[in-house]
Parts: sequence; C-alpha cells; structure tokens
Amino acid sequence: MKKDIKPLKFSGKWDFDPAPESVDHINLKEQYGLFINGKFEDPQSGNYFPSTNPATEEHLSMIAEAGEKDVNNAVTAARKAYEGPWSRMSAKERGKYIFRIARLIQEKSRELAVIETLDGGKPIRESRDVDIPITAAHFFYYAGWTDKLKYAFPNRNPKPVGVAGQVIPWNFPLMMAAWKIAPALATGNTVVLKPAETTSLTALKLAEIIQEADLPKGVVNIITGAGSTGAGIVNHPDIDKIAFTGSTGVGKIIMKAIAGSNKKSTMELGGKAANIIFEDAPLDQAVEGVINGIYFNQGHVCCAGSRLFVQESVYDIVLRKLKDRIQSLILGNPLDKNTDIGAINSKEQLGTINKYLKIGQQEGAEMFQLDCSLPKKGFWCPPTLFTNVSQSHVIAKEEIFGPVLAIQTFRTIDEVITKANNTPFGLSAGVWTDKGSKIFNLTSQMRAGVVWANTYNKFDPTSPFGGYKESGHGREGGLHGLTPYLNF
Amino acid sequence: MAERINVLKTYKIFIGGKFPRTESGRFYQLNNRSKAIANVCLSSRKDLRNAVVAARGAFEKWSSATAYNRSQILYRMAEMMEGRKDQFISELVFQGVDKNKAAEEVDLSIDRVIYFAGWADKINQVFGSVNPVASSHFNFSLMEPMGVVGLVAPERPGLLGLLSSLCPILVSGNCAVVLASEKLPLCSITLAEVLATSDVPAGVVNILTGKKEEIIVHLSKHMDVNAIYLTDNLEYKKLVQEEAIQNLKRIVVGNQKSWHDESVENPYIITEFMETKTTWHPVEIISGSGAGY
Repeated sequence: MKKDIKPLKFSGKWDFDPAPESVDHINLKEQYGLFINGKFEDPQSGNYFPSTNPATEEHLSMIAEAGEKDVNNAVTAARKAYEGPWSRMSAKERGKYIFRIARLIQEKSRELAVIETLDGGKPIRESRDVDIPITAAHFFYYAGWTDKLKYAFPNRNPKPVGVAGQVIPWNFPLMMAAWKIAPALATGNTVVLKPAETTSLTALKLAEIIQEADLPKGVVNIITGAGSTGAGIVNHPDIDKIAFTGSTGVGKIIMKAIAGSNKKSTMELGGKAANIIFEDAPLDQAVEGVINGIYFNQGHVCCAGSRLFVQESVYDIVLRKLKDRIQSLILGNPLDKNTDIGAINSKEQLGTINKYLKIGQQEGAEMFQLDCSLPKKGFWCPPTLFTNVSQSHVIAKEEIFGPVLAIQTFRTIDEVITKANNTPFGLSAGVWTDKGSKIFNLTSQMRAGVVWANTYNKFDPTSPFGGYKESGHGREGGLHGLTPYLNF
Repeated sequence: MAERINVLKTYKIFIGGKFPRTESGRFYQLNNRSKAIANVCLSSRKDLRNAVVAARGAFEKWSSATAYNRSQILYRMAEMMEGRKDQFISELVFQGVDKNKAAEEVDLSIDRVIYFAGWADKINQVFGSVNPVASSHFNFSLMEPMGVVGLVAPERPGLLGLLSSLCPILVSGNCAVVLASEKLPLCSITLAEVLATSDVPAGVVNILTGKKEEIIVHLSKHMDVNAIYLTDNLEYKKLVQEEAIQNLKRIVVGNQKSWHDESVENPYIITEFMETKTTWHPVEIISGSGAGY
C-alpha cells in the first residue's frame, strides 16, 4: 500500500484531487415553457430549443421559444398586473414580496449555483460566492426601497413607468435578472424579461421561485428565446421602458428601434477597461487584481480589465509575475471547487475569441497562454496575454469578451490617462498605486462609470454601476438605480 | 442740428470666445412687422464643427475648475446682465416683444442665472452618495459633467428660454454648443457679449445662429458631442435620436410648458447632463492584517 504514495516534488505544481460539487440535489425539468401570467405555458409556435452544458456539450433541457404572440401575451399580462393589483398594492406590501424572493433565493442558493455553472460554464466557486449571493442581496436591497422612495428624490413625486421590457446577457444570467427585476418591482413596475438563449435555466428557476413567493400573476413574466424574441419585446408598443445589458452593437440597434418613441431606456453595454499599474503599487496585489480583472468568469465580463498599462520601470517584473500566476491557474471542470477557469459560454463565443487571438498574432503582438491540456469536449480557451501591443491594435480597441489581456506600457501619468481614455467605451477602469493623491487624480480623470482603486471587479447592490460614452447610459444598483424606473 | 445717425450692430456668431461671421458668408433677414431689423448669420456645418472643437478644447479647464469658481463665474454673468438690462429689454422689444413682458423676462433671466450659479458646489452633496457595500471597501458615487453638450435652444422666450436651459448645462462643468432661437436670435448674441466679459473661459459656450433644420442633423451626428438638449422643436426628436446613435449621445428631450414657470428651477435638470461615477477602494481589515487592538 505504501508503494502507491507518490514522492512529494517541490520543483513544480502540485495537482489537486478532484473536488466536484454534487449535482444530485438539483431539480431540472426536461422541458420548460414560458412563464406568463403566473404560470408556465407552451409557446404558441410550439418551438423549443436545447440548452447544453458548454463544458461537456451534454444536453440539459429543452427551452421554449417565444414568438410574436407569446411576447404579446406576456406584455398584456404585465400591463394587466400593472393596472391591477401591483399599482394598487401599498408599497410596504410590495416590498414584502420582494423580500420573500430574496429569502427563497438564499434558501435555494446551492441548487441555483450548480445550475448556473452547468448551464453557463462558469466555475462553481464564482457562481456560489459571487453570482447567487449578489442576486439575493440585490432583491433584499431593493425590497427595502419600495416604501422609502420619497426620501430618495427630495421635492419630487416619483411614479412607476409601467411595463418594463428587459433583455439580459449570458455572462451573469441570474445576477443580471436580479439587477433588472429587483429595482423595477421596487419602484412599482411590472416586467417582461428575456434571458439569453444559451443561459435560460436559472431565470426559469427564478420564475418557479416567483411562483412560490406567490407574487401576483403577471407582475413578472419570463419568456425565453433568441434575438427575435428580444426584438419582439423592444418593438412592442405597450412597453414603456427598455432595460438592456449586452453588446454595444445590439444596444445601438435597440436605440434605433425606439428612436422617436416615448420609451425610456437604460443600456449597459460593452467595455474595454484600462487597468493601470504604477511603479509604486503593491505589485503582488496588483498582479492578483489584474488576473481577477481579466480572467474572472473567463473574461465574459463587460467591465473586464482587458487593457493593462504597466509603468515601464516595473514592466519586466510585472510581466514575469503575471506569467507565473497564469501558469498556476486551474482550467477544467467548472463544477470542481478548485477550478479557476471554466468553459467558454458557447461555441459561437469561442469562435469570436479565437478570431481575435488570430488577429492579435497577425498584427504582430506576442501571445502567451496557460500551458495546459484542454478537455476533449466543450468549449475552452486558456487564459491569454498579449505583449508588444500598441493602441491601434484591434485587440486593444475591440471588446473580445474572453480571457484575453492586451498589455501596453507607459512612462508618465499624462500619457497613461490619455491612452486609457482613448476609446469609445467608458464602463470601468482600475488603478494600482500606494499613493492616495495619485489614486484620486487617476480616478477623477478616468472617463468611466466605475473605477476600482487597488481592487477590481467588485459589485454590490448598493453601488451604482454603468458606463460613460458608448458603454451605455443609466445606472443599475444603489439609489441611482431607481431613477430609470420612475417618472417624475 | 442734424439728427444723429445711429450706429447699428452687426450680429455675429460666438465661437471659442471670438465673434466671427459664419464662414459661409450667408445670412438670413430678421423682420419685425415686415421691416428688416437685422441680418443674422446663417451658420454652416463647418461653423458647427469649429464650435465643437472649441467646446472640447475648453472642457478640461472648465470641468476641473473648482465648483466655487464656476459658481462665481455664473454669478458674474448675472452681474454683467444686470448692467445691460436696458439693452436686453430694448432688444426684445426690437424683436417684437411687449415692453412690460420684456422687462419681466430680463429680470427673471438674471434671477435664473443666480439660481443655477448656487447649485455648482451643492449638486454633489445632494446627488452624490457613500454606498454601504457589504465588503471591506470604501465606495462612493459622484456626479461628473458629460463633456460637450449641444443645446437646441427654445424658440421663445428668446433670452429666458436660452438661459434657463444653458445654465443647468454649464454649472456642472459641461461646455455647450448652442443652436440659437431662429425667430428671436438677437439676445443670444448679446448674451455672448456678456459671456465674453464674465470670466467664462473661451469655448465654454459657443453660439450659432441660423436654420435649425440645416444644422441639427450635423449636431446629432457629430462624434465629439456627448449629449443634446432638445428643449422644443420636438419635430426633430426622432431625427436627433436616430442620428445620435452612432456614438450613443445622451438625448434630453424637454417638456417645459412655460419657461416662466417656477418648476424650471430645480437641480434634477442639472443631473441630466452629468454621469455618475462610482469609486471603490479597499479598507484594511485590522484583524485580517494581524495587528489587533
């Protein structure tokens, strides 16, 4: 028996034993209908599409595809609920429903985390510690606002907008649903929400929770489908407000569609954030922050720190530390509790990322990747960084939405401010230095909606999130996140 | 003794602190009771572009001035206007406004400027926030100016409408490119003379006269304009919103029924031309660092 024990090696990386999260306690149906007017119903079209696990390509469930009639039914149900029970209910009672939803999410958090990881490919550590807790917290935070709105807007008389049409992306499926639904309900609106077609499952589990919470029928309607379903919501004449999170390209199509109408909108769009390391930064913390900034959720993050600027004097040491840290990342089964890098969300997205990796090399940048074997099945991209990058390179200009970092250097503060702001995006930025006055100089000069100093990729329901310029308009989270759902 | 010949004023446009004629050399005739009263510059797309360049160039200085300083400069504007009250009144009358109404409008306009001047150093106290995040971070949100704002000024009242919509843009640190009222443009140029003598830095406000129909599309398309305030002329709403998509300008569509109304005086309109920026910084956890008490 002693022979089986391998001698300890101190020259290289130790492997962890597998530590997979159990999938025994989750409950998934073979097929999901559309959640309209408080119950699940078959789509009028009769069409269903499969949802698969991007880490294994295994089939998970069949999802209904909402057509024009279904969209109309959902909007009609939302309108009826808005004019009926929801706007007549006292704010306090409305809040209690939202508190209920928050609690039910907490109770079912492990099941939701596992399903999120199965459906989207993200590491269980992230869905368990970030996505689901923030989802619950968001409902809990906004629940408390319902009967306090008059304190948020002095000298004004806020009124709900009406029916909100909400279209969300696949990178944080349940969390995005919470960011949309919670403030909308707290301000007295009703909702038609469409999750992304590759990640519908947790939104449908949320629909079950909403049923369980006994929310009046029609207040929240969750309909599934792809782009055409989303377009159906955006173009529906009885929608009062559009809330969209997704790419800048689609955001512009939506803005065009609603131009001239009276529909309000919030747009949380793309980004190409600068993460800036000064020579006086705590370098180990900064490197950890850069890794978290770009490889968190496989880089499928609109505020990902995808452009790194390092002050020349510390470039060599930062690059070495970054490469060392990348080599210690664990890529593999997203359900394993030790996994750092999960699967790319879809085959299509993997194609996009690979296209950029090719362009990066063709343009003369030097590519470095985690040296690992990729699983045979599923969609995978090792964490990647590019050096020898300049401002004009495509990989430094366009949002890749994958684990790809483009590194540039700088000498002076003015230079890095100019470079960092030289982009049509303006969602987020990061700065690493131990000098307080330099932090405030940088954070105030970044033309971006969220700035992390000596930290990165932190989110909280009390903290307003949203972009400048072509990263969209409006804020989600905090007191500021109430405004888009109110008329004054 | 022969009657003195009046010296007539040439109404020019205002770009980067200077008073050029439109580069196009064109004009339109302004009439009062079918009598020609002025030849007004018919600004071109090129004038608009020059104005945006001037506005962008002035943004860094104006937005980084202290709020106290911006407040005083707006107050200075009001002081300069007070001294020119008679000129503004006679100019309004000249354009066909009743004398009493003109006097009332000028008084109210000056008071409006003072109202908004006072908000400069208060807006972030009222609309900023410290956010109690559930982690060891200090987190706060502040409002910042958007950048270059295109103002499609109200057609009337000529002076009050312009100032009531311009001041909320300026007070937070934005720079403005104004498309002046087509029907009552004269006060906007006289206001430029006030701006030029009130320590408002050159380029912070640029005023173009001409046909909105011609210029508004270029303003909406311009890639270096961050926002547009369409105060009236709502027939252009769809056009402006569609053309603004290229760089996702913020479009604020006015719904002010009367610019004389007290409801114009509110800070919320200032925030329409501001972005919310949220900043995070870690807070050391004493027990975590092992120090302990």
